Amino acid sequence: MNTVLDVRNLSVRFRSGGRLLSLVKDVSFSVSRGGCLGILGESGSGKSMTCKAVLGLLDDNFQAEGGVFFEGRQLLGENPETLRRLRGGRIGVVLQNPMSCFDPLYRIGEQMAETLGEHTSLGRRRIRERSAELLELMRIREPGEVLRKYPHQLSGGMLQRVMIGLALALRPSLIIADEPTTAIDSISRHSVMREFLRIKRTGETAILFISHDLGVLSCIADQVLVMRLGEAVESGPAGRIFDNARDAYTRRLIRRHKAVMSKFLAAVRQGPEAAA
Amino acid sequence: MKNYVIMRLLATIPLLLGISFLCFVFINLIPSDPAEVALRIRQTPVITEELIARTRAELGLDQPFLARYFHWLWDCLHFDLGVSYTNPARTVLGEIGRCLPATLELAGLSLVYVIALSLPIGFLSAVYKDSWFDRLMRGFVFAATAMPVYWVGLLLIWIVSIRLDLLPTSGYGGLSHLILPAFTVALSYISTYIRLIRNNMLENMREDYVLYAQARGLKRRAILVRHILKNSLQSCVTAIGMSIPQLIAGTIVVENVFAWPGVGRLCIASIFNRDYPVIQAYVLLVGVLFVFFNLAFDILQYAADPRLRERKA
Ligand SMILES: Nc1ncnc2c1ncn2[C@@H]1O[C@H](COP(=O)(O)OP(=O)(O)OP(=O)(O)O)[C@@H](O)[C@H]1O
Ligand SMILES: [Mg+2]
Repeated sequence: MNTVLDVRNLSVRFRSGGRLLSLVKDVSFSVSRGGCLGILGESGSGKSMTCKAVLGLLDDNFQAEGGVFFEGRQLLGENPETLRRLRGGRIGVVLQNPMSCFDPLYRIGEQMAETLGEHTSLGRRRIRERSAELLELMRIREPGEVLRKYPHQLSGGMLQRVMIGLALALRPSLIIADEPTTAIDSISRHSVMREFLRIKRTGETAILFISHDLGVLSCIADQVLVMRLGEAVESGPAGRIFDNARDAYTRRLIRRHKAVMSKFLAAVRQGPEAAA
Repeated sequence: MKNYVIMRLLATIPLLLGISFLCFVFINLIPSDPAEVALRIRQTPVITEELIARTRAELGLDQPFLARYFHWLWDCLHFDLGVSYTNPARTVLGEIGRCLPATLELAGLSLVYVIALSLPIGFLSAVYKDSWFDRLMRGFVFAATAMPVYWVGLLLIWIVSIRLDLLPTSGYGGLSHLILPAFTVALSYISTYIRLIRNNMLENMREDYVLYAQARGLKRRAILVRHILKNSLQSCVTAIGMSIPQLIAGTIVVENVFAWPGVGRLCIASIFNRDYPVIQAYVLLVGVLFVFFNLAFDILQYAADPRLRERKA
């Protein structure tokens, strides 16, 4: 197997006053090329903290320990400039609140161009063409129009797809998606999941997919890690976890979502197949 | 955009009427008889009842209140603000016009100080939060807010002009005469804006768009300047629009401390002389300035913010 991201015994602590608060405790997982690891957990369980630690986005108030190996290279303690070049380049990122993730004062095209310009040496015309291509890839109609829009003029689902397109811009080997479907309506959720499934099917990218929604995870993740209060309480192949969880907390989560899940699965699983 | 500008322009009409009316009412509430005052100022040796009555007629004071108001308003609209009581050879407009450039010089340089100092200091204080620089500046902000303007002025004169003998103590002249008074006027605004910019920046740093900008791998400096600073200044624009007329009106104290021959000093002199037309004109001027700058900067902000542009269109 071709491991892209390997996280070993990752711990994150937060310095508050004189005390150290443990936010992530001794978490290990790995994602390989073409695979998708889903991290499941309730609000506050440390999912985003784990992501930020991997991406080197924690500020000085946090202390991260352990190993974060990206393509064999330890990222913890790596210099900030190297990490910056990886983010948005080899590692694509999709975040939770598409409506507030774009700067309200700049057009979508400007913000895409800014990102592409940072990581490539393309000229302005090429950048514009490439941005439009990415939006087309995300099945956004009239990409030229959308590039000229300000964030507040677009819907959450649309912005989420812009984010995914941007994450794909440099053919990353890893995509980290932190609850990409939480803040959008169910119709957009469907089209966003369709894009993720498509990315997965190309087999070129490893996906770290975070969600507190079992239904969403079950349609994309091959491996699942369940987090609770900063700890990994269960991990393994998705099928086994969903059908036969060992951990009581995980079982409870699954039971709670079962009803919703069956309905949702039907919609999402059949959606892309029917369309294809 | 066009509709918005037209709407705002129309809305200023009742506002300006209100201001002019209040201004007229307040001056008329002053208990002494303007006619008598005018005679006394002109050093008329014997003031008789008949003379007062004649002066009242001459100044138009014998007409009913509202008639006088509309008459005055009509004249104002034609840029005729009457003549000074103290010196009937001079028109009020002439007096204001003579003193206004000095005040504008003072307020203009103050504004330059405010922008040139609070922008970089506020920016750096936010970027290097809790550093020695930030703490020093927080101390400065606190001190500058606590000190009254006239006292700062006197302190500066004593230290810079008398002890160090670097700059002239007072009076009108070149740039060297302007430095201290302008700084005195600017001081409290500098501290206000340092605080405003610093807090806005710190608030913006917590926004999702900053996290996402980092996640896209943008350079720290680009995020700070292009995104955080720009968003932080957005809300300062309206504040500056209010501060400019405040700076112009605020020179009144400083002009008197530094003997600066602007409209502020003209106003104080007129108050001592009970030169009503001049006081009235000064109050009206300040009111109009507020309305004008408020309008201009609202439109500016409106043009700069895509969200506002959209919503009101
Ligand atoms: N900036 C911060 N400073 C201190 N503690 C924080 C900070 N951000 C998050 N935490 C704490 O870290 C813990 C984990 O937060 P995290 O954001 O990783 O949760 P999450 O699993 O992503 O939840 P959600 O589903 O709400 O996004 C929480 O208990 C939270 O209170
Ligand atoms: Mg989170």
